[in-house]
Formats: sequence, C-alpha cells, structure tokens
Amino acid sequence: MQGLAILLGFQFLGYIARQFLHIPLPANVIGLILLVVSLFCGWIKLEWIERSAQFLLKHMMVFFAPTIVGTIVFFPTIAAEWVSISLSLAGGTLAVLLITGWSTAWLAERERSQCRE
Amino acid sequence: MPGVEEFYRQPLFGIAITVMLYAAALRLNKRLNWLNPLLVAAGGLIVLLLICDIPYEDYKVGGDVVTFFLGPATVALAVPLYKSARKMKGRLRAIVLGSVIGCITGLLSACLLVWSLHGSRDILLSMLPKSVTSPVAIEVARQIGGIPELGGVFAVLTGLFGSIAGPWLLNKTGVHSDIAIGTSMGTAAHGIGTARILRDSELQGGISGFAMGLSCIITPILCIPIYFLR
Repeated sequence: MQGLAILLGFQFLGYIARQFLHIPLPANVIGLILLVVSLFCGWIKLEWIERSAQFLLKHMMVFFAPTIVGTIVFFPTIAAEWVSISLSLAGGTLAVLLITGWSTAWLAERERSQCRE
Repeated sequence: MPGVEEFYRQPLFGIAITVMLYAAALRLNKRLNWLNPLLVAAGGLIVLLLICDIPYEDYKVGGDVVTFFLGPATVALAVPLYKSARKMKGRLRAIVLGSVIGCITGLLSACLLVWSLHGSRDILLSMLPKSVTSPVAIEVARQIGGIPELGGVFAVLTGLFGSIAGPWLLNKTGVHSDIAIGTSMGTAAHGIGTARILRDSELQGGISGFAMGLSCIITPILCIPIYFLR
C-alpha cells in the first residue's frame, strides 16, 4: 500500500507541475521523471516502492485494453482511407523499429570499442 | 426491476469483463506464445461489445477505471529505469542518439508513406506523432493542425502493432542487444511496447521506458518547424 501511495503521490505531483508550470507532458510522465530523480537522490528508497511497482508493471498491458477498445468509435472515420492508413502505420512503425534498433546497436558497439582503445 | 442497460452502466461490468478477458488471454498465451495477450483481450472485448450490442459509452464507465491505473503504472517505470541505470551509463549517448534517429525516421516515413499512398492532409498531420504516448500524440496533432483524437487513435494502434511485430522483427534482423531492443521498442511503440518488453526482461523494459520518455520530448521539438510551415 505504501508503494502505491508513493506512486500516486508522484503522479499527483506531476499533475500539479503540469497545471502550474505548464509543462507540455502528461502528468504520469512528469511523475516518472520526478520519481527517477528522487530515487537517484536517495529521497525515496527502492524497497518502499518495488513490490507495488512490480505488480503494476507485470500487468501493465491490461491497462491499455480499454483504450484500444476505444478506437472502435473511430472505425467509421478510418474506414474511408483504411488502406493508406494501415499501410502507413505499419510501414512507418517497422521503419522506426528497424532503424532505431540498428543504429543504437551500431552506436553502442562503437562506444564500447572506443572505451577499449 | 432495472433494465439491462442499467446493468452495463455499472463500473463493475467494464472492469470485470476487461480483467476476465485479459486473464483468459494470458492463459491462451501460455499455450500459444506467439499470440499477443493484449491483442486477444482487446479484440475479444470489441467482438463482445459488437455481438451483444453494448454501447461503447456504457463499457467505458468501467473501462476508465482500468485505464486509470496506467497513471501509477507509468510512474512505476521509474523502478526498472533506476535499476537499469548502471548498465545504461556507458551507453547513454547511443540510446539518446538512437532515439533521435528513430523519431526523425518516424516523421519522415509517415510523410513519405502517406504522401505516396495519396492519404489526406488531415491523416498525415494526425499520423506524424504516432510513435509517442497517446496523451502527447493528441497534443502534438493539435499543435500542428491535425485531428487530435485521430492522433491519439493512431498512437494506440502504432503501439499495439509495434508491441506485436517488434520483438519478432528485431530478433529476425539480428538485433539482440538489450540496449538496442529497449531503445527501439520505447521509441517506436511507447508505453504499449514497453509493457510488452517488460514481460521478457526488466533491463530491456527499463531502457524502453527511458526511450519512451525521450521520444515524448524529442518528437514535439522536431514538430515545431511544421507548426510554422503550414
């Protein structure tokens, strides 16, 4: 429970930061950044949140299910151009996956060999 | 005697069928591990709503409660991120640069594909931010003159597709390092890709969560010129 309280607290902090400082990121992403900083600074101990975090992360996929179901409302809008939409979405996503994967692997390998020299 | 519509409008209804279908999808995934549990659960829910003629608005009452937990779950990504930090330390430049290259690829490939397939301007502007998490995609689509809700839908569909195709594609094309897989999934398929990869490896999930956060910052910055061009 303590872990969930801390996670919700940081999400709420993110919400406050978003409202008052007008940071153009969602409240949960700001909360994530703040919590990482707090962990590194030692303000929050890993043990306090680890169990709650593991539970939520293990089942994170289910939390996306209703959002995906929500896309049905847009099916009529998408239907008119579904061929170009699905090809662009799929092709674009594959391109990002591949190029990011390859370039990161190449860059990481190069950094490592530079370290050895 | 309350009508059957009253019954659907209970938050419990949406919560119960979502969790039940997801649990069933997980069991199915144990036998057929190529089946993505999220695709099965969401697909099953859509079929169920259509067959039983249940309005989406009624399902949404309970669905929103399930979606709520996405908030603390995203904050919880701090744990794998913190634990992966030591391994990421020497590779930070590769991850950041890889993510920047991925975001640029996303914008260029969307432009090229939509244009060559004769898609409309609305579709193009809504599709540009497809690789960032949906609340950010909605805001970016609004900024650059697309349809905000459609931007959110494209982001969700991209995440789902990336989470299914990503691990398979990267494995087939010889990308095996944790750093590269994590950066690729987080940059291309945001939170849904991260949730998927976390089931395999905490390290990859931590890196993916970091890359997801990066692309949420990089993509809106890259889109600023479009705002002035249009």
